[in-house]
Amino acid sequence: MPSSLLWAVDVYGRVYSLSTAGQQWERCRDAHLDFKRVSATAQCCWGIAGDNQIYLNVHASDLPIRYQEETYENQRWNPVDGFSDRLLPSDRWQWSDVTGLQHQPLDSFQLLSDNWEWEGDWYVDENFGGDPTDKGGWTYAMDFPATYTKDKKWNSCVRRRRWIRYRRYTARDVWAKVPSGETPSLPDPFNDLSCGSWDISDEPAGRLSLWAVSLQGKVWFRDGICHHNPEGSIWEEVDVPGEVVQISCGPADLVWAVLWEGQLLVREGVGRDCPRGSSWVVVESPSPEVGAVHVAVGVNVVWAITKDHRVWFRRGVNSHNPCGSGWIGMVGEMVMINVGLNDQVWAISCEDRAVCFRQGVTGSELSGKAWKVVSVTRDSDRSHSSASTSSLQSAGCFFGGEVRVQSQGSVLSDADSETERVPVAVAPSDSEPVASDVPKARIPKVTSDSFISELVSDRDGQVGRRDTLTTAPSIPEEEPVEGTGQIKPPTLVLSPSQSGGLQDPQWSNVDLEEAQTLLTAGAVAESSDTCSLSSVATYNLGLEEAYGGEEPALWAWVAGGSCSVDAHSQLNWFGSSAGANSSAQSMSLSITPAQTAVWRKQILEQLTQRSKREVDNFRHYEQAIEQSVWVKKGSMQWWRDWKPHKWVDVRFALEQFCGAEGNKDGILFIYYTFNDEKKYLHAFINEITILVPVLNESKHTFAIYTAERTKQRWPIRLAAATEQEMHDWLALLSVSCCDARGLHGPPSHQAIWSVTCKGDIFVSEPTLSLEVSPYPTPCDQMFWRQVGGHLRLIECNSLGVVWGIGYDHTAWVFTGGYGGGFFQGLASSTDNIFTQTDVKSVHIYENQRWNPVTGYTNRGLPTDRYMWSDATGLQECTKTNTKPPSPHWTWVSDWSVDYGVSGGTDREGWQFAADFPASYHGHKTLKDFVRRRRWARKCKLITTGPWQEVPPISLTDVTILPCRAQCPLDQVHLWAISSKGDVLCRLGVSRHTPAGTSWLHIGADQPFKSISIGAAYQVWAIARDGSAFYRGSVSPQNPAGDCWYHIPSPCRQKLRQVCVGRASVYTVDENGNLWYRQGVTPSYPQGSTWEHVSNNVRKVSVGPLDQVWIIADKVQGSRSLSCGTVCRRLGLLPTEPRGQSWDYGIGGGWDHVTVRANATEAPRTGIPTLSSTRPGSHPAAQMNGGSLSAGERQ
Amino acid sequence: MMADDKDVLRDVWFGRIPACFTLYQDEITEREAEPFYLLLPRVSYLTLVTDKVKKHFLKVMKAEDVEEMWFEYEGTPLKWHYPIGVLFDLHASNTALPWSVTVHFKNFPERDLLHCPSNSVIEAHFMSSIKEADALKHKGQVINDMQKKDHKQLWMGLQNDKFDQFWAMNRKLMEYPTEEGGFRYIPFRVYQTTSDRPFIQRLFRPMSQEGCHQTLGDLLKEVFPAAIPQDDEPKRYQVVIHGIEPMLETPIQWLSEHLSHPDNFLHISIIPSPSD
Repeated sequence: MPSSLLWAVDVYGRVYSLSTAGQQWERCRDAHLDFKRVSATAQCCWGIAGDNQIYLNVHASDLPIRYQEETYENQRWNPVDGFSDRLLPSDRWQWSDVTGLQHQPLDSFQLLSDNWEWEGDWYVDENFGGDPTDKGGWTYAMDFPATYTKDKKWNSCVRRRRWIRYRRYTARDVWAKVPSGETPSLPDPFNDLSCGSWDISDEPAGRLSLWAVSLQGKVWFRDGICHHNPEGSIWEEVDVPGEVVQISCGPADLVWAVLWEGQLLVREGVGRDCPRGSSWVVVESPSPEVGAVHVAVGVNVVWAITKDHRVWFRRGVNSHNPCGSGWIGMVGEMVMINVGLNDQVWAISCEDRAVCFRQGVTGSELSGKAWKVVSVTRDSDRSHSSASTSSLQSAGCFFGGEVRVQSQGSVLSDADSETERVPVAVAPSDSEPVASDVPKARIPKVTSDSFISELVSDRDGQVGRRDTLTTAPSIPEEEPVEGTGQIKPPTLVLSPSQSGGLQDPQWSNVDLEEAQTLLTAGAVAESSDTCSLSSVATYNLGLEEAYGGEEPALWAWVAGGSCSVDAHSQLNWFGSSAGANSSAQSMSLSITPAQTAVWRKQILEQLTQRSKREVDNFRHYEQAIEQSVWVKKGSMQWWRDWKPHKWVDVRFALEQFCGAEGNKDGILFIYYTFNDEKKYLHAFINEITILVPVLNESKHTFAIYTAERTKQRWPIRLAAATEQEMHDWLALLSVSCCDARGLHGPPSHQAIWSVTCKGDIFVSEPTLSLEVSPYPTPCDQMFWRQVGGHLRLIECNSLGVVWGIGYDHTAWVFTGGYGGGFFQGLASSTDNIFTQTDVKSVHIYENQRWNPVTGYTNRGLPTDRYMWSDATGLQECTKTNTKPPSPHWTWVSDWSVDYGVSGGTDREGWQFAADFPASYHGHKTLKDFVRRRRWARKCKLITTGPWQEVPPISLTDVTILPCRAQCPLDQVHLWAISSKGDVLCRLGVSRHTPAGTSWLHIGADQPFKSISIGAAYQVWAIARDGSAFYRGSVSPQNPAGDCWYHIPSPCRQKLRQVCVGRASVYTVDENGNLWYRQGVTPSYPQGSTWEHVSNNVRKVSVGPLDQVWIIADKVQGSRSLSCGTVCRRLGLLPTEPRGQSWDYGIGGGWDHVTVRANATEAPRTGIPTLSSTRPGSHPAAQMNGGSLSAGERQ
Repeated sequence: MMADDKDVLRDVWFGRIPACFTLYQDEITEREAEPFYLLLPRVSYLTLVTDKVKKHFLKVMKAEDVEEMWFEYEGTPLKWHYPIGVLFDLHASNTALPWSVTVHFKNFPERDLLHCPSNSVIEAHFMSSIKEADALKHKGQVINDMQKKDHKQLWMGLQNDKFDQFWAMNRKLMEYPTEEGGFRYIPFRVYQTTSDRPFIQRLFRPMSQEGCHQTLGDLLKEVFPAAIPQDDEPKRYQVVIHGIEPMLETPIQWLSEHLSHPDNFLHISIIPSPSD
């Protein structure tokens, strides 16, 4: 799991972050400001600074934030001028948006804020619906508005063209002030904020809700925040039934707020279509006497703190019942609390201002078990340089920028040096007249504390008293506070800066509710001691003098919204003393590089030498220990081969023995009873080609294929009693199969990879006999072994660079290991196996039929499909009876309407059709009598495998430069398509650093979905609209190329995928056709035409020697039919690059295959000649009995 | 691609020493005894893997001339209760292969060797070593938690040369809490040819007090400082484990996990450097 960050603010307003992989708070160096609040998400951090303005810190990432502005230039033809900008009075504007309704001249586009810059100037888009247009980019029509074509016709009276300009967000890794925008009434200064809702159903990435509370208790919602507009566009006021002091928005649809009076507000109606929600519901404070001061919400939890610092957990909260059912008091006294990812809870303790983590919070025990103090050191200013380096490496979230020489964080700094940071104190009420008499103070501006005072004075003019400050002579502010409140200047009492030195109380950030605490306490007990008043604002300032860099930090705020931990995470944050710290470091120093350590390399080398010396020359000696037969037995169920097919109980046995050539071999027996007769079925281990786990909800089944069974499309299907038993058998059988074939260790660099529709990964070693022409070994004889992990696709090349993409679009790089998953112990490597997670959606359909009386209802015709069904309508799938795909998957969300269905939906997600089953569309017409909508629920898998995540950009496709096996390439070209459709080029990829270092963004005018690079650096890509593009001038020296050339698609086909080998270019279209690009030459790499090769193709993979492999849609076997089958093109010759026929391999449920690493050259002669020389001599005198095979074998 | 640590376990297990067994010249035979060639597993015990040798020579001998079989190399009786690899490294490193072992059926050297009337004696010796090792590593908790059949699996794995069978169980003996960074103590034995002491064995922790990983060099510094070469003089000793010389920088915990014999001890042979 990649590292993520916990954010916190100390009592001086300094912002720190702590990496889950780190052991030190890293100062956010850029923050020249002091902060009161921060609210974190994975991609950014929002904060309120001391000036009560909102700032945004968007983390740097490889993915640029850019937005395409567009406007249309419209012209009309007249007989005099031809086409000109002289339009009819009734026409649209000369410059308009796509609808023509909005006047949009080029100069009307302004950058939203200083945080944006233009990438270039305006230019004409010469691409029209995937086709290039003539020079000038004009498209023609008879009249506005109409259908445009790229060709000018006799009746084309109007024309238009699209202008494009990109703007880019530049303020990354810095705190940028958020422009208030065109808000009608500018919100007054802010007091609290909370961002969230990034997990409301399938939000587009980057969309989130930002809620803010003003000092006057109003609530504001920031609209329009999304990936390409991180700042959002406008503030909208949300009416509240009282004065709000604090608000919390969870990752999903929970929003709670705290009222001044101590009750809580719950926002109802928050959802995908209405992130602002609709109404408030009041929930009483947990304690009748003591009001709430703070609330924090997650996905399914609400925590609150009351004024007496008690912590409360709200029972029964979920998205259907955002109010929950009741409060439970928890142990611990806290001043603030925050719920981060996975409903994990963070808090600041009341007593020592430490950041605490709630231990043991799990889905079934949301309230957790105990508080655990996060005790790690902060990077002190002294160790700044080293700290900044390490933060750069660790979390990728280093806050660049200049180091301030005089850090505002230095506690004992002289007040003179920072005049604007003058301490502010709340005056004792009885000293008001005195204070008003003081004539003057050199205070340049109003600080946040004055607002607090203002507020406090606003409310009742009575404020608490702070002993530490009463001795200092007080002066009022130079200028009266501007603004709304009727403030009596005397209430603002400032200690003079001259009184600085050690006596000078450094003021810090101030919390509104802390002021309340103060207020309440002051009202209740005038003489209450400082301890009971302790809060961020009123922290006993006398103590602060003692804080050196080494002292424990005093925290004011913590934000866990970007901190991806759960109850099982291994964190090094707790209870580490300085000594333990250093030892842990030295440990990691000696252990981590173990793989590369010299000592280790030397041991491996010496062992190899030893084996040469002591064994290789003596292989003809007899072995001291003879191998005997070894049997393992068990009970299973077997899917009977003949009709009626059913599960029958069988005895299952594996007999292992030593094969003729020293390889282990074995036989598998299945003993069954038929008509009271005992019979058996057997399979030789060395004939088994693959073992496929077929987890389903009811049985733990797996399939065994041999070449013969593959031809039949009818495997031996077995079911074990328990999952553990199935895994034990699979692991054992897998090891036996590998042993029988002499396969050990990781897959070779040339390996062929494939992925099933369940995300299981298989790998096969290519052999010479598979490549010989014209009679290669049929590919149903290939042996596939499983590798741990869960992926959607894999791409590789022959240098051992292997990348995968998960169902959740996460990119993974192969570590060179083997095993993982259910392969334990010896079947798995240890050093390079990592945890892998994947998330996918399970879909069910809600079907309804229209009737004239009640409209659409869930009462269908008797012949109709189930009202809740799968996509086919054949299977009933209700929300409650639908289970995750296998026991390994757990639900991580609730059911929600899926709007991302092809064909489009209406606002409620419905698709309409005349009848079931039919093609659906996203709007109702008169002919429609049925409708359906798709519901999605996310589930998550946690497994292990030889894969490491390549954060942070999620991908939909990836391609790696194919090359020869011994290619001396230093840099391996790797291109990818991000899940947003951007084209990316990975830098720094080599055989030693397969993960590469960073992404280079390749500009393109439209989103893409498929990409492939050929051996001669030919980059082809398919846009989302199905058109093909060729990237010009890509070379080792110019890895990004220079421009895109549009390549017309095959007639009326939308392309889906492209793959480029050495010289061949193949594409697959939406209708399953495979196309070959004719006329491709080195001097004309774009080629001339598409030639049809085959239909029934889902996916193609072209190898470095132009081998062509596909996933076939359907393949008929002798007993059954398989969908999703690995096939290979036969008869490929230089003279016949399209080949002749298909050779059918493993199948039934295969989704992906890649042969892009297989650079095994076919031998020129038809039959491979095997060298029969063996190392060493075989002197007869050194053989027992004088013969190799004799000896004394029994 | 870098080999995995698992491969080291495999290499260690499948280490073989080619041996040529010759009958001692003074043994009485009916006809001339041919030498017998055998690949001996380094990690096993001589008396456990020499049934074939015995059978071979018995064919040329009369039953009354046969007493308990024992082995000798260049005048040194070979202790069957040391792993074969240790015997070879200690006595026959840097000599020509195959290893020439002399077979005796008379005059059992009572002072030098233990009797080995049956395989159960080897089993008892092997299991007691494992228990001792686990006592050092985990206070004996792991081995005591195992069932009788698990113990049997370890032994049968060794006896039948079943790597998978053995390691399926031995894996548990090699585990340790991550936060402790290693075993409690490293089970090791240091052998030398130049001393009358059978071997050196002491308590040695894999982590230093400062929390650093101890290395092979650290261990030798404590138990056999002479084995650490001085800058200014030629190397006097070879430190041999499984026929190889690991670097002194190698962490002792890693060695214990990967280069221990099946009895769970790290057997370290210290032999004089060959003088060319």
